[in-house]
Amino acid sequence: MAENVTPRVRVPSKASAGEEITIKTLISHPMESGQRKDKEGNIIPRSIIHRFVTTFNGETVIDVTMEPAISTNPYFEFVAKVPESGTFEFTWFDDDGSEYTESKDVTVG
Amino acid sequence: GNWSRLAAQQSLTQEGLIGESGSGNVTLIHITDIHAQTQPIWFREPSINLGVGQAEGQPPHLTGKAFRQLYGIDDGSALDYALTYEDFTALAREYGRMGGLDRIATVVKAIRAQSPEAILLDGGDTWQGSLPAHRTQGADMVHLFNALGAEAMTSHWEFTLGIERVTEIIESELQMPFLGANIFDAMWDEPAYEAMTSFERGGTKIAVIGQAFPYLPIANPSWMFPDLSFGVRQERMASVVQEARDGGAEVVVVLSHNGFDVDRKMAADVPGIDVILTGHTHDALPEPVQIGETFLIASGSHGKFVSRVDLDVRDGRMQGLEHRLIPIFSDVIAPDPEMTALVEETRAPFKEELTEEIGKTDSLLYRRGNFNGTWDDLICDALLEQRDAEIALSPGFRWGASLLPGDPITREDIFNATAMSYPAAYRNEMSGEMLKIVLEDVADNLFNPDPYYQQGGDMVRVGGLGYRIDIMQKQGDRISDMVLLASGEAIDPSRNYVIAGWASVNEGTEGPPIWNVVEAHIRDRGTVSVAENTTVALKSEN
Amino acid sequence: LGTAALVFGPRIAWATATDDAIAEFTGGADVAEATGLTLTAPEIAENGNTVPIEVDAPGAESIIVLASGNPNPDVGTFAFGPLAASQMASTRIRLAGTQDVVAVAKMADGTFQRASQEVKVTIGGCGG
Ligand SMILES: [Mn+2]
Ligand SMILES: [Mn+2]
Repeated sequence: MAENVTPRVRVPSKASAGEEITIKTLISHPMESGQRKDKEGNIIPRSIIHRFVTTFNGETVIDVTMEPAISTNPYFEFVAKVPESGTFEFTWFDDDGSEYTESKDVTVG
Repeated sequence: GNWSRLAAQQSLTQEGLIGESGSGNVTLIHITDIHAQTQPIWFREPSINLGVGQAEGQPPHLTGKAFRQLYGIDDGSALDYALTYEDFTALAREYGRMGGLDRIATVVKAIRAQSPEAILLDGGDTWQGSLPAHRTQGADMVHLFNALGAEAMTSHWEFTLGIERVTEIIESELQMPFLGANIFDAMWDEPAYEAMTSFERGGTKIAVIGQAFPYLPIANPSWMFPDLSFGVRQERMASVVQEARDGGAEVVVVLSHNGFDVDRKMAADVPGIDVILTGHTHDALPEPVQIGETFLIASGSHGKFVSRVDLDVRDGRMQGLEHRLIPIFSDVIAPDPEMTALVEETRAPFKEELTEEIGKTDSLLYRRGNFNGTWDDLICDALLEQRDAEIALSPGFRWGASLLPGDPITREDIFNATAMSYPAAYRNEMSGEMLKIVLEDVADNLFNPDPYYQQGGDMVRVGGLGYRIDIMQKQGDRISDMVLLASGEAIDPSRNYVIAGWASVNEGTEGPPIWNVVEAHIRDRGTVSVAENTTVALKSEN
Repeated sequence: LGTAALVFGPRIAWATATDDAIAEFTGGADVAEATGLTLTAPEIAENGNTVPIEVDAPGAESIIVLASGNPNPDVGTFAFGPLAASQMASTRIRLAGTQDVVAVAKMADGTFQRASQEVKVTIGGCGG
């Protein structure tokens, strides 16, 4: 199980109605590929985040399927529409069954 | 003899070299790639400087006679000596050393006397390359360029002082903006340094955009500045140019450390740049190169030249440009006493160390050239012997002053060819296969036909090894006929060879600093001689 | 100059795996050269372990990214929801050596487009 997994997101806290805003996300995670060997020569088992989803007020912004070729500390940048005030929910799904979440409120006005 | 030297120099005058005031209303002064050379030096320009793709046969990829013919330079003239390589030793004895920061100060002051609002811009590679700069971690050069009145700079080797020192300098020592539109924070992909600075001179708004060396984390140790990302970032440059125009800039100048061919491509692909003050590849060109509506200026290296650029800016745009490449002949241009004193102050703590004579050279020692130079041959000899290796590798740096046959070699001279922050002379084993991969990799970074894949150094220098290179081929197919010189046998891909080298970009590399290795070798020999290098065969015809 | 060992993958050997991955994404449909898909990647990777890439295909439903020179070419798939302001995303990927990064977009009308960009992974270490 990955340790010290910390999600971080950058979202402006205010926007105008319908504005397109840039979102940046980063989660500290080793993204163990399942191809590396330890000092004893044993394969280190694969342990990655395999999916990342962002929604706003329950509607999908982006849904990413990830393979081991995504770098350590997966980073995503994308653009969302903000039709009204509400909440972004970010969810990362780990191979080990863990789900990491983060949310950010945006006020439209 | 002395009479010819005098005759040659008498035709040169300080006023003649500096020239008349230009006709424009904005004056720029450009210095770049001084590599911490505060003293007059010898510096031989390359005999071979190949261009590939669109740059083939174009300036700055011309040397010797071809260069003189293009620019109408007479054989044996002062500009022949300053800009090309043949007869270097004889011409050097006639015309004397070049550079010296106190001479540069005289030129800068003279230009400012003519054009009080002239803007002095530094293209970078300023804080590295000498013993005093190494010992003071760049503090001497920062101090001296502040005093010279530089008003903006960009960077490359600066970052090899390590990010903490760079930050300290920017925050508390440097009195000018440290620009880099293409330097980004690696984590959030956001600009990490100021992209541009604006000047208002004579009622004209001028934007100066900085562009740092794009391949810093590849060409130099990225562990020294781990949170930064560079790259050409052409779209970023385009948006900063637009931002400058939107902000009312009537003329847009890019102070660049891209290297000439990268700038040539950027000029073609990014609209709205009036002038690119080029750097990094150490080219000196007596005339601008025009790409579309953009003018590229190449001001050489090591303090040999200062460029004066006069722009005629009217009705919100640049209407004309005059350029003068001013050669700094140290015996012709009088030193500025204030700067002499400041420079001496920075050198005083190291005076004894600097002046100690280690040996002598029978040969002309120089570095520039795509494949080898005698300074690097000497360094490779030192590595082979002092580190007991079969093959030596020395990086294809373009910095390092020259020495004439008969010159003493002081410790300062050794540092001028080696001073940097990751000097460990390593010794390890490498398979023949890996050696080939290394040579192919470096060759592609030099001779890839797309300039954005080029890093602007020269080929890694080799000792104990011969090879043939065909630069027109693709990566993997350029290098052939690799031979271990000691035995004359072909390099065996599966055998391991003992390799010595220096300037590894890997963290934790161990070994004595290269200057100690070179010093020990010169002491052993007393007088060094370097034979002509015939171990790299060039196949350039297809 | 560094001496780190790099794997220069034989590019041809993995081509089938990349083609297979594309076929799986498209269901075997034809793939056109990109007119409405942009793939941005650096010419030279600063670090093969973390290479920034960006895909942008206005109106696309989803975009798959493949590293044709990796032993396993799969990298990831971006599916855009109704609140994506544009069909653009960037991330950082691992490349085992110099190779073509490939993106295939499923456009709004159900057709597919393909873009690729060579990224060089180099030992580096020399400079002016
Ligand atoms: Mn330089
Ligand atoms: Mn440089």
